[in-house]
Parts: sequence; structure tokens; C-alpha cells
Amino acid sequence: MRQKKLHPLPIRLTHWLNAVCMVCMFMSGWAIYNASPLFSFRFPVSVTVGGWLGGALAWHFAFMWLLLINGAIYVLYGAVSRHFKRALLPIGLVALKRDLTDALRLRLVHEKGVYNAVQRLMYWMVLAAGALVVISGVAIWKPIQLQELVALLGGYDSARYVHFGAMAMIAAFVVIHLALVILVPKTLLPMITGGVRSLDAGENGHD
Amino acid sequence: MPGKMAMTEVRKTVQRIRLEPAQQLELENIQRRHFLRAGLTVGAMSMLTGCNLQDGDQVDKALWAMSRWNDRVQAWLFSGHKLAPTFTRAQITTPFPFNAYYGQDDIPEVDLASYSLAVSGRVRDKAPWTLESLRKLPQRSDITRLICVEGWSAIGQWGGVPLKTFLEHIGADTTAKFVGFKCADRYYSSLDMPTALHPQTLLALDYADVALPPKYGYPLRVRVPTKLGFKNPKHVVEIFVSNDNPGGYWEDQGYNWFSGI
Repeated sequence: MRQKKLHPLPIRLTHWLNAVCMVCMFMSGWAIYNASPLFSFRFPVSVTVGGWLGGALAWHFAFMWLLLINGAIYVLYGAVSRHFKRALLPIGLVALKRDLTDALRLRLVHEKGVYNAVQRLMYWMVLAAGALVVISGVAIWKPIQLQELVALLGGYDSARYVHFGAMAMIAAFVVIHLALVILVPKTLLPMITGGVRSLDAGENGHD
Repeated sequence: MPGKMAMTEVRKTVQRIRLEPAQQLELENIQRRHFLRAGLTVGAMSMLTGCNLQDGDQVDKALWAMSRWNDRVQAWLFSGHKLAPTFTRAQITTPFPFNAYYGQDDIPEVDLASYSLAVSGRVRDKAPWTLESLRKLPQRSDITRLICVEGWSAIGQWGGVPLKTFLEHIGADTTAKFVGFKCADRYYSSLDMPTALHPQTLLALDYADVALPPKYGYPLRVRVPTKLGFKNPKHVVEIFVSNDNPGGYWEDQGYNWFSGI
């Protein structure tokens, strides 16, 4: 009998490539932020990459390509294979309220192969933040050639804040994401090996 | 192809091998060690934080190669017709920030009486230019935003000769790839020809309608609204046209050469 994978290979590959990209983009981005901070704090040098502004920029503008290509493959695969629809939809208000209450009371049970409503919402939110971080990043990279995009974000200065805000949203997601993996460690291995979808997951399980 | 043939044979040979249990265990141990080593290289990520474009190691070479690729993408994205947004006098940043690779005490002293702008390279007329002769050329003034590589920006008004007009006057070979600039403070930089010919690229003589003060790059600076700030050299004493990339003070240390915005 052909066993179905819990996480299909394209999702696992793009997930881990994305993890590497994001580490590089976060660390180099924080170094770039430090050159001209938007708020009254700087990131510690130990969590930055590149050594100096020129190095950090080189990292940022090298890994942006890998991030972009990898992200495009993920979104294309998610749409064409109906992965998004099966794994991340629907999000009902009732289910969301129930799962959110359970989650806050730390009573939410992990169901193998099924994302609960809170998880689904969080995945959509981080996808939106990902799109925003790319759009705002491209805008502050090319504020004249793409001046219409900058205007849409409220001008150059405001686009820098949008880029920072989108980064902060993704960082918050990563913190929760990692905390959940620590709370339910058995979810980690299937993200590497693919895992096996349990038979009782039935039609609701994603693949 | 012989190589392909050999590969097929190897694959067949591999399929025929039956491993003894001890050999199987040995193989698994080797594979496990390889996996651990791969894990260690991920751990070595932290050591990469030192890679800074100046050590010449493999990572630096990859970063430099990506920067050259980004030059090509940006040249393709650049439009010679797309103008930088302009602003009103009320929006000018006052005081406009001073910025250089040295402090304000080290601004070079330029003798205005003996100043001349040298011209060299792929041009017809290599005679030097005085400030008066530059002022006789058609002038243009724009209030534009200067964006620094560090992220901050400031709005200012620069006036002077469009570089395109100047290049036409000296009979420059505008099919050449680069225009280079040498400065009185040992700074240097260069532009791609399409950017040099952009209508808002100026040989600036004025800031806010008065002759450039020392801190803004007197007596002549290049003002390129479509580039990051460090590609706007100050105290320019020589202009040359070339097919060899002249690089730049910061560009040669690792800032992206094209740095278009």
C-alpha cells in the first residue's frame, strides 16, 4: 500500500531553504538597520552577519534572490497542488474562537496532519507578512525606478518602517513556531523525513 | 559518450553488490558520520558572521559574484527617462547633513582661483575647464532626495550643468561604458553611461542657489538623484570616460558598484 507523506517533499525542501534564507536575511537586515536605526535601539553585533555595512548589504542582496525564488516555488506549488486549500482552509470563526480559547488555556491537542484554526490563521498571516516584507524591501531598494510602489507605502521613510514592521511580524511568528516545536517535539522529525500520514486522519488530513 | 557509458556500468555494478552484515553496519556508520558533519557545517554558520567581502575566502567570492549579478539586474531595471521625484523648497531638509569618509575638520581646501576641472579618456577635447566656463553652459536645478547607503535620506536643492550637456561639449564617446571621477580628497567614483546621461545627473556648482560651500563639496560635486549618496562624489577635479570600470572608494571595498535607486 502506498503511504502518503505528512509533509510533501517540495514543502519540506522550500521550508528548510527558507529557514536558511530567513536566518541570513534577519541577521544581515539587523546589521543594515544598525547603520541608521529607526527606533532608539540597535541589534547586538553578535546577531548580525557581514562584519560591516557593506558586508551586511552583500549578504542581504545575495540571499534575497534565494528567498524570492524559493518563495515563488513554494507559493506556486501550494496553489497548483492545492496544498494551501487542503492544509490551510477553511478557517471558521467558531473553530477559531474554540481553538484560540483552548490554545490560551494550553489545552489545545495536537492532531497529526491537521492544522487547527489558530495555526491556519497564523500561516496565512505570516504569508501576508512575507509578501509585505518582499514588496517593501523591493520598494526601498529601488525608490525611484519603482516610485509608484513607494508612494503606495506612503513614501520612502514610511516604507522603511513598513519593511521593519513586516520583519517584526515574521520574527514573532518564528518565535511562536519554534516554541510550539519545543512543546510538541514529535512534529520536528516529519518536517525532515516527510513522516507518514496516519490512516485515521482521513480526508481532512493534508498531504 | 564514453563518460555516460562508464556511469551506467558503475550503477549496474553497485546494484549487484550484496553487503555482509558487518559491511552494512560500516556503511551506515559512514553515512551517520557524514550526516553529523553536515550538521557541523550548519553549526559553522556562526563562523560565517566574519565574512565581510574583505577576507578573499570562498564566501566572499560568492558575495562579490552576486554583487556583480546585482549590477546587471539594476542596469536592466534602470530607465534613462524615469525622473526622480522632485520636492518643494519647504520640504528641504535644514540643515542638510554633512557626510564623508572623514570628519568635518578634514574637508579639503581647494584654491578656487587656480581650480580647474581636468578631462581625460575617450573624449575629443581634453582642455581643462574653469568654474566660469562651466557656469556659461546651460544650467539646471532640482530639489531631490539624497538617499544614503545607511538608510537615512535628506532633501536638498542642487544646481549646475547636466553631465550629459558637459559630455556633449567635450565630445565624449557616449558609447563608452563608464564615466569616472577623481576628487581633491582622494575620493573617487564612477557611473555607468546611461546614468551619466540621465537628465537629472548634474555637475553641481550650487546648493540652494548659492555656490557650493566646502562642506557640500565645493567647488564641484556630482549630483546623481538615481544613485545612493556615496556615488555623488564631492570636490571633483577630474572627469574621464572609459571602457574599463574605474570602481570607487567605497565600491572597491564592497559596496555594490551600481547602487542605483
